Amino acid sequence: MMAVAPGLSAWGLMTGVAMVKSGMNAVESVAMTLLVFAGSSQLAAIPLIASGAPILVILSTGFCVNLRFVVFSAHLRPYLMHLPRPVRLLVGYLTVDLSYVMFTRRFSAPPQDAVQKQAQLAYLAGGCVSNWLSWQGASLVGIALAHSVPMQWGLGFAGILALVGVACSLASSRLRLASAGIAAAAAVAAFAMPFKLGIVVGIAAAVGLCLMVEEYTPASRRVS
Amino acid sequence: MKDTSLWTLGVIAGLTLVTVVTRSFFFISSKPWTLPRWAQRGMQYAPIAALAAVIAPEIVMTQGHFIGTWQDARLFAAAAGVLWFFWRKGAGQAVLGTIVVGMAVYLPLHIGLGW
Repeated sequence: MMAVAPGLSAWGLMTGVAMVKSGMNAVESVAMTLLVFAGSSQLAAIPLIASGAPILVILSTGFCVNLRFVVFSAHLRPYLMHLPRPVRLLVGYLTVDLSYVMFTRRFSAPPQDAVQKQAQLAYLAGGCVSNWLSWQGASLVGIALAHSVPMQWGLGFAGILALVGVACSLASSRLRLASAGIAAAAAVAAFAMPFKLGIVVGIAAAVGLCLMVEEYTPASRRVS
Repeated sequence: MKDTSLWTLGVIAGLTLVTVVTRSFFFISSKPWTLPRWAQRGMQYAPIAALAAVIAPEIVMTQGHFIGTWQDARLFAAAAGVLWFFWRKGAGQAVLGTIVVGMAVYLPLHIGLGW
């Protein structure tokens, strides 16, 4: 898990800078990094908070960006169901993309006995703590340093570039690429809608059209 | 420094809840259950759509208007970042590379030429 710490730190650092550069003060930025603990949903929320979008639009955007975790949680369920619910929720909250990928790569099957349960939980907990520390440490440094960089440099744009990178990593099929294109075009076209609803319209149009196209694609040609 | 806004703290609390719920989604309840098929399929397309819907206006619009010029540092920075990502085929720290390459294009154009 330590192998991923440098990348995670760089991303945390930049998220810290992006929060402050969007106009959030130190208390808000620190609270956001310590509590929300989700880089891409934080970065997606930053421009929406800055423009005063309604809370429901911000939360639904964060939910959609986070939907990949819903998929991960289905995969992790058999590994974690032996734990009491509060512990499950804590483990879920702390398990970011990288912890999930490393954990499921190392343990291809859910635990069978008490020894395996303990070993798997120890590995996951260690990874989560190490990821949490590198992310939070770097974010706090970013928040502290952001004030010494002039606003005109536009460093906050690094946050948008991070989202561009994450979006590229999700573009694993033609329909997903189409989804991105439709959502982007619809969000720009519907930008004048009140309450930042253009974003919700963009997501709904993209998902709806992709599901319709999928419906009319022969099963043999489907790639998920 | 501006005052701490209660509204922003409320948004942060809401987003924290979103983090917990999405990351624990299928193991919150002790009973086994599944989503309807359309929702499962929709999850394939929603995350990239949400990102694109947030990113696109931040790159091609200024003050709520479509930019009428190609002389905008954001266009070149985003294009460079995307090219880098797919040139590296997403391997290793490709997202980090996208940020670094994009900013290496953005900063000189933005600060140097004022684009």
